[in-house]
Amino acid sequence: MKLDELRSRAEAIISNPGLTYQQRKHNLALLAEQLVEYPTLGDEARKALDERVICDLFEGNAPYRARYILPDYGKALREGSKFLELEPPTNLAEALNFLTILYSQVPSITGFPVYLGDIDTLLEPFTAGVLDAELYQQLKLFWRAVDRMLPDAFTHANLGPKDTRVGRMIFQIERELKQVVPNLTLKYDPTLTSDELLIEAIQTVFAVGKPHFANHPMMVEDLGEEYAVVSCYNSLKIGGGSHTLTRLNLRRTVEKDTGDGRTSFLEKTLPHYVELTLQIMEARIRYLVEKVKFYEHDFLAQEGLINLNRFSAMFGIFGLAETVNILMEREGSSGKYGFDEQANQLAYQITDKIAEILHQRELPYCEGNGGKAFFHSQSGIDLDLDTTAGTRIPYGEEPELFEHIMAVAPHHRKFNSGVSDIFHFEETVTKNPQSMIDVIKGAFKMGMRDFTFNLADSEFVRVTGYLVRRSDVEQYQKEQRSRYDSTVLGANALANQGIMNRQRRVISRESDQRTR
Amino acid sequence: MNQTRGLVNRILKFSAVDGPGNRFVVFLQGCNFQCINCHNPHTIGKCNLCGICVKECPVGALKIETTTSTSEQTMHYYEDRCTHCDRCIKVCPESSNPQARWMSVKEALKILYPVEPFLSGVTVSGGEATSQPDFVRELFRAIKADPKLSRLTTFIDSNGSAPIEIWETLIDVTDGAMIDLKALNSETHKALTGNENESVIKTIKYLEKKKKLYEVRLLIIPDYNDSKEQIQETAKFLNTINPNLRIKINAFRKHGTKENLTKNLKEATKEQVEQIKNLLENYNFKVY
Repeated sequence: MKLDELRSRAEAIISNPGLTYQQRKHNLALLAEQLVEYPTLGDEARKALDERVICDLFEGNAPYRARYILPDYGKALREGSKFLELEPPTNLAEALNFLTILYSQVPSITGFPVYLGDIDTLLEPFTAGVLDAELYQQLKLFWRAVDRMLPDAFTHANLGPKDTRVGRMIFQIERELKQVVPNLTLKYDPTLTSDELLIEAIQTVFAVGKPHFANHPMMVEDLGEEYAVVSCYNSLKIGGGSHTLTRLNLRRTVEKDTGDGRTSFLEKTLPHYVELTLQIMEARIRYLVEKVKFYEHDFLAQEGLINLNRFSAMFGIFGLAETVNILMEREGSSGKYGFDEQANQLAYQITDKIAEILHQRELPYCEGNGGKAFFHSQSGIDLDLDTTAGTRIPYGEEPELFEHIMAVAPHHRKFNSGVSDIFHFEETVTKNPQSMIDVIKGAFKMGMRDFTFNLADSEFVRVTGYLVRRSDVEQYQKEQRSRYDSTVLGANALANQGIMNRQRRVISRESDQRTR
Repeated sequence: MNQTRGLVNRILKFSAVDGPGNRFVVFLQGCNFQCINCHNPHTIGKCNLCGICVKECPVGALKIETTTSTSEQTMHYYEDRCTHCDRCIKVCPESSNPQARWMSVKEALKILYPVEPFLSGVTVSGGEATSQPDFVRELFRAIKADPKLSRLTTFIDSNGSAPIEIWETLIDVTDGAMIDLKALNSETHKALTGNENESVIKTIKYLEKKKKLYEVRLLIIPDYNDSKEQIQETAKFLNTINPNLRIKINAFRKHGTKENLTKNLKEATKEQVEQIKNLLENYNFKVY
């Protein structure tokens, strides 16, 4: 970038009335990062990136911190932190204070922590002898602080799978405070999670569009007991995380293929671009680990709250729907993904093929997944005008709910670092929460890993994996400013898709981008 | 048993409004009532193969065909050609629906099987469920006999007019029934449905005796069955049936009704429905 351009872009950020001080500072940092040379890439990888067949989500030329970090908050609470000059807390107030302080020091791609901890598991030991009213008040203040100090909807707390006093209170607090932050996931295990807790979660969905529901047994199988769901719906190891997330645009990939059907795509073109994506990931990982030495100098690593050997990197895909439909057409069929069994089978073939390659290809510093990349179904950004998120069925064109679940469920098993579908419900379901319990249990039986719900006419709108409030978006449109970083993204997504006017849910756009 | 057939208008795999939990709903074709306020009147009639819809279909999705072996004439609906314009439904002089088809219990189970993990149970509605009692009985019997399906509850949504002898053939395989009480007042009932309501009252009493009355539904139609006196009489009556009865209050809407029948009817407002719910507050009903 030339100096002139740098200056004018910096000036534009500084004088933008639509940005809060924190947002301006963050944007200046993003701008500065673009001055640095991109990690060294081979010519083909560079070309694929420039042609946007591969997309690095504008993560930055110089990755100087891991994209997603999941500190082991439990360890910190037990041992304290030397760097933060904090002794291990001995009561509830100290524990909440400790966490609030620690959150302010956790980096991520958004600038705010993407993981707040398994809140109920972390806090239950400090609640002995604390009366309900006192516990509620303390948790409420804590929850409010999180929303005001970490104004980003990708900040994510987990609850479950067991039913706890703290867990139930958090759901109550969510319904009372109606905050966008934090994002929330209930870990669900049919043998551990009570129907009572599930009903609490469902009532909370009716009120605020949270939580996500995660398949706890499936997650434990892939990641071990110490895992969490963070940011949108990314599942990673506690005490670890992901160095980076690079995604492959399957549609652009199939457009590069000159064959007349699936064979050359599956045998040649797809593996070729998967490999190029992995090369880009490798370059970024090496930069972060070897050049920046993030895992040597960050205090979280020094104190063992994160450990390099619990990290890996995420390989994301999107645009599967369009890719399948294009291939079907090339083969002379009119079958569409989500509606046609042949098309669905082709979709599973594609995700199988990629998973197979990822299982074999070694990636450095990815001990968190046995030396291999994680597989991720990426939820899209606002530049994605001609592709559908991840492995989802195009917005507004989904079949009935049963057929929808059956079409997408077979993908879920393969995406160890996250995949999620959003299901639409009518208002009438609020009078029959049992019907939602039935659907949730059925969806898990069918092998879904993660999903959530959007209610028509709700104040809360689920945009890919994060939330915005309609009123925040309206305010942003009027004042051109929002306290939440994520409102801008949500507003763009809503404007581009007219989500507000739609009957169905949708949301398949996500943008981590602030300066381009 | 599994070859018993029913004339099915359509099947809805997921429903949150047809009984407890998520339910698989079989809507039967044909009803013995002629409610002027019916919001799916095309489920009332039985096809007489007059052929008007065949001519009117813009995409040729309908054809009357003769089965060579039996010389039987039947309506064939080519679903893949259908654009769902609903012209056939609009022009049918019998208030029927050419998309309805004969389905055996076996075929219905085949559709139900993969959906089972998502369900609390199965509901038969319509049309009028009790107008095809053999099909309903055999369907429910088959569900209860199947190891995978037997956990599903079996419910009937009905206008309550079937004689008790019919209910007795269904009661052992039915877990619950939801009855529409169109009006307690017999003149009002006749004006709305074309039928008496003594059988409906008998059904409600019978089902409660058998502990299978899941809920009673009241459709509020302004100036017909919404007067304070009627509501109070209805509440008093239902209180004698079950003081903790589930009562579902629906507001009459014109959407889907036959225009010539409902042009002089008024839609029930939110406030009117609230008022009625308030009148019922002095009781211990579960009103929703």
